Amino acid sequence: MHQFVEYVLLYLSSDKTPGSAGNMFWAFVYIILIFTGLSVAVIAMNWLERKILAHMQVRLGPMRVGPHGLLQPIADALKLLLKEDIMPAEADGFVFWIAPLLVVLSAFTVFIVVPFGPTHAVTDMNIGVLFMLGVSSLSVLGIVMAGWASNSHYPLIGALRSSAQMVSYEVAMGLAVVSVILMTSLNATGTGTLSMIGIVQAQQSQGIWFIFKFFPLGLIGFFIFAVAMVAETNRAPFDLPEAESELTAGFHTEYSGFRWSLFFLAEYSAMIAVSSIAVTLWLGGWLRPFSNLLGGSTWELVFSFFPSLTFLFLAGMCFYSTARMPKHPYFRIQTLGLAGFGVVLGLIGLVLFVTPVRLRVQDIYWFSAKVAAFMYLYIWYRGTFPRYRFDQLMKVGWKVLLPMSLGVLILTAMVPILGPIIWQHIQHLL
Amino acid sequence: MTDQTTSFSPLDLETPEKPFLDANELVINMGPQHPATHGVLRVILRLDGEKVMGLECVIGYLHRGVEKIGENRTYTMFNPYVDRMDYVAAVSNGLGYCETVEKLLGVEAPPRAQYIRVILTELNRIASHQLWLGTHALDIGAITPLFYTFRDREEILKIFEKFCGARLTTHAFRIGGLLYEAYDGFEKDVKNFVSFVTPKIDEYEELLTTNRIWLERTKGVGVISGKDCIALGVTGPVLRASGVKWDLRKAQPYANYKNFEFEIPTGQSGDTYDRYLVRMVEMRQSLRIIQQAVDGIPEGPIMAKVPKVIKPPVGEVYHSIEAPKGELGYFIVSDGSTQPYRLRVRPPSFVNLQALDQMCRGQLVADVIAVIGTLDIVLGEVDR
Repeated sequence: MHQFVEYVLLYLSSDKTPGSAGNMFWAFVYIILIFTGLSVAVIAMNWLERKILAHMQVRLGPMRVGPHGLLQPIADALKLLLKEDIMPAEADGFVFWIAPLLVVLSAFTVFIVVPFGPTHAVTDMNIGVLFMLGVSSLSVLGIVMAGWASNSHYPLIGALRSSAQMVSYEVAMGLAVVSVILMTSLNATGTGTLSMIGIVQAQQSQGIWFIFKFFPLGLIGFFIFAVAMVAETNRAPFDLPEAESELTAGFHTEYSGFRWSLFFLAEYSAMIAVSSIAVTLWLGGWLRPFSNLLGGSTWELVFSFFPSLTFLFLAGMCFYSTARMPKHPYFRIQTLGLAGFGVVLGLIGLVLFVTPVRLRVQDIYWFSAKVAAFMYLYIWYRGTFPRYRFDQLMKVGWKVLLPMSLGVLILTAMVPILGPIIWQHIQHLL
Repeated sequence: MTDQTTSFSPLDLETPEKPFLDANELVINMGPQHPATHGVLRVILRLDGEKVMGLECVIGYLHRGVEKIGENRTYTMFNPYVDRMDYVAAVSNGLGYCETVEKLLGVEAPPRAQYIRVILTELNRIASHQLWLGTHALDIGAITPLFYTFRDREEILKIFEKFCGARLTTHAFRIGGLLYEAYDGFEKDVKNFVSFVTPKIDEYEELLTTNRIWLERTKGVGVISGKDCIALGVTGPVLRASGVKWDLRKAQPYANYKNFEFEIPTGQSGDTYDRYLVRMVEMRQSLRIIQQAVDGIPEGPIMAKVPKVIKPPVGEVYHSIEAPKGELGYFIVSDGSTQPYRLRVRPPSFVNLQALDQMCRGQLVADVIAVIGTLDIVLGEVDR
């Protein structure tokens, strides 16, 4: 028993991820935590998307189930679980059954290497980026299988669109990623890294997020990735495979109930996954913003209060809404629920003030905050843009993004070598 | 491949003998229950990959026999039925019907009634175009304009509700004029609406007109020439976007339209984008007409001298108006009794719909959706 406790506690003083340290217990705990956290994030995302989109569209969104519709996603999840599981008579049963599993599997597996902090990842692979891109592109297989196994026209067209789209955008995406890998090699040894944690540490040691590196090269690379990742996850304005107005529901037209909810889960966790890649590669991962501008231990302290302040702010919002709830017995439970939610958020905020917790959690907080910003962008796109047509989508992918990313890659490779030489010449001339 | 596209009717297709994978074409059935066919339109598409080789519309899922009903109702009794044809522009339908019967009777509505009719009809044109814009943008993937247009259309429906108690199927007009005087504050409401909606139209345009994706999705999509439009009998904004300056409000002025100043917008290329622009300008022009009408609304009676029991003389009459979707015509044959001997409606949607095949051939599946949207059909009117 004593040994086990020691084994467990060993991790807390370690500066490695549990996987790298070979600490199976903590690795397992992390897997559970990430799985739960991700499911909660998807549920929260579901609610937030409805609410934010609704407010963009001059409506209120869910308001009935729970205060401000907070329980709506849970009610929906329950409904989906209770729904009849329909499989078309002509469908290929086994493939139909395995397709959503494959999609979900690939969407969740990538989170093994997502670094929520220098030690907060299941494991640190030296091929982390490659692993993420590779595994996340497996989901296209599941989508094609779903479309094919449904044995129906609309899903088939949806699946074909999806596979063509995901495959072609992966090229531009990969090239944009390579330009970041080149940037990581700008150190004393001259060797880059593919490890997700290594990439963030490279940004830390170089003192700059890669989005600002070689301005505007990093920015363009980031932009290419940001466009490609929306296309990769089949979200608006690239949501052709599930274009509601054209193909009813695309590749998951024939799916219902729990199987459908698996696709839903996979879509949202894939969104979080690609956003995590973007955050890790360009936006400094878990690093706090303005570390150059506002350095020093005082500012460190101030920024480490941010997580608790955020939760306290959310708690304050809850209390504000509680005060605004109609004073009618009918709303009593809702008012109490909202106040209770605010209390929970406030308590979390207070716990985050405790120094050891604060220091350990702030990495996760900054990472999640950056990912959340991307999630907001996804919703914003959906509220703003019309949908691309299939050939235009291909045109954007192959004729715009691919040459751009090639150019960025070549320039990124040239700048560290040619830049100093040109600079010397200029100085010589002066 | 080219030979097949020229002479093709999907209904002639036999089941392919070859296995599925060897077949080059895919026949898919879009509708009658499909989110983007605006009701119960069924389109049979023959696809080569994503390319449309040809299509055929199957209609009649909403057929209620309105014309036959007309033969079995008195002229007055049939009036509410016309609202159920193009239910998003019910006021226009009513205006067309009332004016036709008035023409048959040889009476004319008094000026005040005519002015109020023009105001309501133009309001309805804006409402119809707003609904078209929202759903069309939704089909193309922009979900937000729908809510904006519905928010503003609501104001029009409120005016209708105050005027006659109904919002959609209004039955606003009677043969010979109006049944009710406009409510107190009608003019103020209409004026408020004009100043309220003008910036809102800018808002829609801000979202779409220069949006890159919108341009790419609509420019060069569903092109139809003016000549083809005339050959197919296509009217309304679709015709005008193809460069033909034909608007019945100017060409054969009815109601009081010759008293108002307004312009007929036309396009050049006859594509989906031009049709969008034409309709946007039409909304603004309608506002102009409403402004003039509400400023110059005269006092006086609202009902012409029409007998209680309408018994038109023997004869036949055709009268058409410019409904939001195109030329809406009524042909009535009277045998001197209280009921029409034959009543025929020329609905714009029905006629415009036949251009769908020509506009979609060689385009992609996504364009079919865009073209159905841009034709602005209402199935209640197509099937009657």
